[in-house]
Amino acid sequence: MNYILKMSLRNLARNKRRSVLSAIAIAIGTALLLMMAATIRGEMRGALDININLRTGHLQVHTEDYKDENMSLKRVDMIEAPLAMSGQIEGITQVKAASPRLNASGILAYKNETIGIQVIGIDPPSTTNAPYRDGLVAGEFLTADDREGVLIGLPLAESLNLSPGDSIDLIINTSEGQTDEQRFTIRGVYTTDTPGYDKVTIFMPLEKTQTITRTENYASMIYILLHEMDDTAAVKEAINAPGYIVEDWEEINKLFVLVMELSNAMMFFFNLMVLGVTATVIMNTLLMAVYERTREMGILGALGMKAKQVKALFLTEATLLAIGGVLIGLAIGIPLVLYYAQVGFYFGDMGISANSGIMIGNSIYPYPTLGDVFSISAAAILITILSGYYPASQAAKLEPVDALHSNN
Amino acid sequence: MEIAKLTDITRIYKVGEVETRALNGVDLSIGEGEFTTLVGPSGSGKTTLLQLIGCLDMPTSGKVFINNEEATSMNRDQRADLRKGTIGFIFQFFALIPTLTAYENVELPMLLMGKKNHKSRVMKLLDAVGLANRAEHRPDQMSGGQQQRVAVARALSVDPLLILADEPTANLDTQNGEQIMEIMKKLNEETNTTFVFATHDPRVIKYAKRIVTLEDGKIVKDKNIA
Ligand SMILES: Nc1ncnc2c1ncn2[C@@H]1O[C@H](COP(=O)(O)OP(=O)(O)OP(=O)(O)O)[C@@H](O)[C@H]1O
Ligand SMILES: [Mg+2]
Repeated sequence: MNYILKMSLRNLARNKRRSVLSAIAIAIGTALLLMMAATIRGEMRGALDININLRTGHLQVHTEDYKDENMSLKRVDMIEAPLAMSGQIEGITQVKAASPRLNASGILAYKNETIGIQVIGIDPPSTTNAPYRDGLVAGEFLTADDREGVLIGLPLAESLNLSPGDSIDLIINTSEGQTDEQRFTIRGVYTTDTPGYDKVTIFMPLEKTQTITRTENYASMIYILLHEMDDTAAVKEAINAPGYIVEDWEEINKLFVLVMELSNAMMFFFNLMVLGVTATVIMNTLLMAVYERTREMGILGALGMKAKQVKALFLTEATLLAIGGVLIGLAIGIPLVLYYAQVGFYFGDMGISANSGIMIGNSIYPYPTLGDVFSISAAAILITILSGYYPASQAAKLEPVDALHSNN
Repeated sequence: MEIAKLTDITRIYKVGEVETRALNGVDLSIGEGEFTTLVGPSGSGKTTLLQLIGCLDMPTSGKVFINNEEATSMNRDQRADLRKGTIGFIFQFFALIPTLTAYENVELPMLLMGKKNHKSRVMKLLDAVGLANRAEHRPDQMSGGQQQRVAVARALSVDPLLILADEPTANLDTQNGEQIMEIMKKLNEETNTTFVFATHDPRVIKYAKRIVTLEDGKIVKDKNIA
């Protein structure tokens, strides 16, 4: 074994408690960063998934001027004969499902309460409705020819104490700029585990929505889901929709993508802070070691050890601490992250409304990647070695004669 | 042949405002095979002179030559290189590396020189100082006398031309002190290795073949003993 490595190992063993504590500091830092990175990544992926599956789809066909936020019901902002077009799009092999959606805004009135809501007209048999069909907690799903039935979300049902069979009044904006009011029966209650969405979204069969909003044979968009997200660009090319535009999830989720980038930047600073604390611990440990071993450095110098070998001795100690600490950190962090990736963290309603363009589920499932494991380990090791650099050069700077005069 | 030569050496220590002239115009030449002691009252400059011969320290003025190479014009790493195969040290305190065994302490200077296949040589040296059975012991598992003998073996490991010893017997009892001196005397006679001691100890002085006396940083007497 190389003598520098051997001496470093023995030096670490010399003050075992201090070495172990330093390694634990690195381990905690590593595990913390791993958990943070996986959690943020998981949250972003989860939120993106929710956004795509509930609101934006992988692709949308709509008019140039249509904006999800204002739910325009003017015919110039809408798609004519949407079922024909969605049928045609479903013919593209990479497309899992395509279906028209008609978005309208309105007010729900029940007893003395009135609540602002959005109505989404859906084609009930379409598989794009899977999240609501699978998320049904009470009652039945809608049928295409239902003229009086709606589906409401679980938080809304709970807050108003509603269940299937109950009646509510909906006041809905029409394309003529007026409102129409009608009594509806609750057919079913659904949950997507996205409180911000479920609280305000009511589903109605497309045809009925068209009638009540006076937009017969029109829809706000064609909502498209793909088998593989990676096919987005190819399908976008393949869709033939003259007079309309095709937007992909990235374009529709501009705000979301921005938030994602912002959180990556924040993550970077968080990493820096955690690693900074770890670095301070290591620097302190090694500086103490240098002061304690000053005379020993003098002896080594007298025996002919050069400055760079003395430096190598301390840097090797830092490296061993780093590798040991990171390994412990991974041994703790990876099982922890994998466990939470299965069970998730439950947060409940974080009070973010569906209209903000970002929807967050009530649980976060950390999403660890091998890339994160490698980059965090590498960063922790690198920072530790760098923080050993100052103590190591202090040791290397000692003149043998001064070191020999030291009392340590 | 001349191993070390010092010309007109001055060494001034400065601590704050206070200047101490530890050596003041010293000329000294050490020839091959000498067994020399530096004596003199406490504070007369013995340790300082030894450190200058060993190139651990640099004089304020004057020149130091080791094997006709001028050490005073070298940087620290060059001096470390010069020391490595040439000069061995024995300190007053038992300056072993506490994490290394007796064997490893003796081996270390050889490793620093990049020497290979040294096992038999290390064992021979430990045997010469009577510690072959302590090879695997750490310094804290040995007595002071044993530690100092390991230090002697270590100083010898790279076959240096010159061994410098600063009060090697000061922390040893009479018996251990005599034993160390006997070992060094034997080496001097057998291998012609040069020894320079700084000491107050009459037990050391009685072995000396040359006695250099320092007073107030000056050599006041230089006597050869036939
Ligand atoms: N590192 C230093 N800083 C300041 N002054 C020093 C230093 N080392 C030695 N001195 C001073 O230099 C002078 C010579 O010291 P030196 O250690 O060489 O004496 P010595 O002959 O070895 O003494 P002793 O017999 O007590 O070991 C002394 O006055 C001492 O105080
Ligand atoms: Mg002295």
